[in-house]
Amino acid sequence: MTSADAYVRFSGVQKSYDGVTLVVKDLNLDIAPGEFLTMLGPSGSGKTTCLMMLAGFETATHGEIVLDGQPINNVPPHKRNIGMVFQNYALFPHMTVEENLAFPLEVRGMDKADVSRRVRDALNMVQLRQFGARRPAQLSGGQQQRVALARALVFEPKLVLMDEPLGALDKQLREAMQYEIKHLHERLGVTVVYVTHDQSEALTMSNRIAVFNDGVVQQLATPEELYERPSNAFVAQFIGENNRIVGKVREENGQHCDVELPSGELVRALKVNVAGVGTPTLLSLRPERVTVAAEPGSLPNVFEARVQELIYHGDHIRTRVRVCGHDDFIIKVPNRTGHVHLAPGETTMVGWHVEDCRALDAA
Amino acid sequence: MATTTLGDIAATRPVATTEALRTADGMPLRTKLERSMRMARLRAFFLVAPLLAFIVFSFLVPVGKMLWLGVYEPTFANYMPRTAAALQTWDTRDLPSEETFAIFVDELIAARESRDLGKVASRVNREFSGARSLLTATGRRAADFAGPDAKQALIAHDATWGRTELWQGMTVAARSVTPAFYLNAVDLRLNADGTVRAQDADRRLHLALFWRTLWLSALITGLCLLLGFPVAYLLATLPMRYSNLLMILVLLPFWTSLLVRTTAWIALLQSQGVVNDSLVAIGIISDTNRLSMIYNQAGTVIAMTHILLPFMILPLYSVMKTIPPSYMRAARSLGANGFTAFRRVYLPQTVPGIGAGSLLVFILAVGYYITPALVGGQSGQLISNIIAFHMQSTLNWSLAAALGGVLLAGVLILYWTYNRLIGIDNIKLG
Ligand SMILES: Nc1ncnc2c1ncn2[C@@H]1O[C@H](COP(=O)(O)OP(=O)(O)OP(=O)(O)O)[C@@H](O)[C@H]1O
Ligand SMILES: [Mg+2]
Repeated sequence: MTSADAYVRFSGVQKSYDGVTLVVKDLNLDIAPGEFLTMLGPSGSGKTTCLMMLAGFETATHGEIVLDGQPINNVPPHKRNIGMVFQNYALFPHMTVEENLAFPLEVRGMDKADVSRRVRDALNMVQLRQFGARRPAQLSGGQQQRVALARALVFEPKLVLMDEPLGALDKQLREAMQYEIKHLHERLGVTVVYVTHDQSEALTMSNRIAVFNDGVVQQLATPEELYERPSNAFVAQFIGENNRIVGKVREENGQHCDVELPSGELVRALKVNVAGVGTPTLLSLRPERVTVAAEPGSLPNVFEARVQELIYHGDHIRTRVRVCGHDDFIIKVPNRTGHVHLAPGETTMVGWHVEDCRALDAA
Repeated sequence: MATTTLGDIAATRPVATTEALRTADGMPLRTKLERSMRMARLRAFFLVAPLLAFIVFSFLVPVGKMLWLGVYEPTFANYMPRTAAALQTWDTRDLPSEETFAIFVDELIAARESRDLGKVASRVNREFSGARSLLTATGRRAADFAGPDAKQALIAHDATWGRTELWQGMTVAARSVTPAFYLNAVDLRLNADGTVRAQDADRRLHLALFWRTLWLSALITGLCLLLGFPVAYLLATLPMRYSNLLMILVLLPFWTSLLVRTTAWIALLQSQGVVNDSLVAIGIISDTNRLSMIYNQAGTVIAMTHILLPFMILPLYSVMKTIPPSYMRAARSLGANGFTAFRRVYLPQTVPGIGAGSLLVFILAVGYYITPALVGGQSGQLISNIIAFHMQSTLNWSLAAALGGVLLAGVLILYWTYNRLIGIDNIKLG
């Protein structure tokens, strides 16, 4: 994407609340029209701050935010025409659902007939036709969530911001709402900037994910890319489960490198983010990419492992083994007919491909 | 069945309701529930019983007594029972009979001997001006008038005894249970025949005072709201360390004596006071045109607004504290400018606080006594000052009680109106 077709653009944005620490450090981010972009990161990493700067409730200490080609640093929030869903929904408690939905239309001076038609359409959209006359307090959490969504969409903004909108819902409802939001996004074609610290939510919903840590975007990529090819130790760690093995780069050859572990083994890994021969590195390996009962020689990396613990998870059996001096090495053994049955205390051979073992910066 | 119509639903409904539900031991559910609730209710009653007793003895009994005092004044009937009885049968048009005069003179002598004549005289004086001196003067020579021709003797002694108005006044005073005081409280008078007329023009002052009290209380409430709203907003939104300091400033007046604060206003506002001196010094007003801001209505309004302000701020603050800032943000993100967001989203949510604060300030102001007494001068007196006057100076407790009763009724009517318009359950005191 070139900067010309970006719909939202952060360039060199910094933010400090207290003049001492930077909460957002040099944010550069282009968001394409119609994109579903998620900001994902641990608590306190500056996601909400970025969203608030975009919505206009916080001013950027430095840098520029551009919306649809216009710099908006000095545009007040009510003129930005950005829909927003707040974490606690912020539905006006003294208004009925219908009045809540009519509010953004009325303040835009729309005439009565139009307002009621649009409110009706919006209620239909979120399947709350019969709840229009209720107060928010008389709705369940999921229904309130939908009203908040409808209210953010009813005035047809091109950009919608959502700050952990599903945080207050239980797991099942949250998953249902994830699909609902995703489908609405696809149907309406709006640009969505979504904030969450739930990685599975980010993976299922987004076109692209920006992983935040400590005020910096660690990696901006599609969900698949992020999971399959994390570019640094933080991302590998944060997205999905991940075995971490520290070692030292012994030899580099092209795409690959050989890493020596403190216990003496030599692991062949994909060279992703290493500083050179002799430097420390962190090997990242997904638990589901490890083969158990591997024949020696069938894979580039095969090591002896002692089974420590088995945890039954239904679809897979989580197996903790001791390998290469690491006690907390996790393997997911899929629960399918004929899978290897291990027992605690047993010794087996485990192995993995070079491509699945990524040598990253030693964070 | 493919479709269910509303009719189907209606048809199946009554079956379910006519069959009374029973518990496992066959007792009707309703009875069982009633029984299990009775214990809980009884326990709750014993828990609140001490408080209930306290309220009955410290509040309901005195208030009831006061309301009763407003319609019950037995002085005349106590000391001149036979005259009182005779006057009840009088036709109130021509002068009472010879017999009535004779009975009256007998009882006049008796009352004078038991030194109770003064009380009777004061009571009659309230219905007929000048009756006090007439009764005491006549009482001194009462023995001279005794006899069958008491009527002529009395009239010869003082022609006033021949006026029907005097005897009508005495007839009104003779009734122990009487609406006379409540009528007086609203500037009306009771005639001896039970009809009602307007109070004499020069004695009409209660209604004007009631109106002044209501109007000044409303004004003070309005001023408190105007001044208190921004302070409460700041209290609720400022960072903790500033808001704590502000809270102390708001509460500070509570730690100072009411008398001291009122006196401080005198020092500030009097014609040689700080405010006038400063205004003269900077040349806004000339030395001869000093503003009179105290010992008049302005003094009452200023001092009472200051004293009642915390009662407005605290309920407002407690409501505003619970309004998360995200509502205003949401309103603005939806396209409302700051003012619209405030008016349509913030303000409506503070209504319970505005209602509570206003009701509190208004009710306190309506019954306020000490501040108007100290700084109100003549034009700043409120109804409570005249009540105190009747309690302490004229000793007309029944009129004081009637005035209090009318005030109570007025406040209750306001409360009822408020409840109808806004809803009392919309009030939040903390
Ligand atoms: N109004 C504020 N004043 C001062 N510091 C703030 C303010 N708001 C946020 N911060 C600080 O900025 C940092 C980033 O906060 P932010 O709310 O953006 O985090 P977040 O990524 O949204 O976290 P979470 O997932 O917990 O919501 C935090 O360290 C926070 O303490
Ligand atoms: Mg946040």
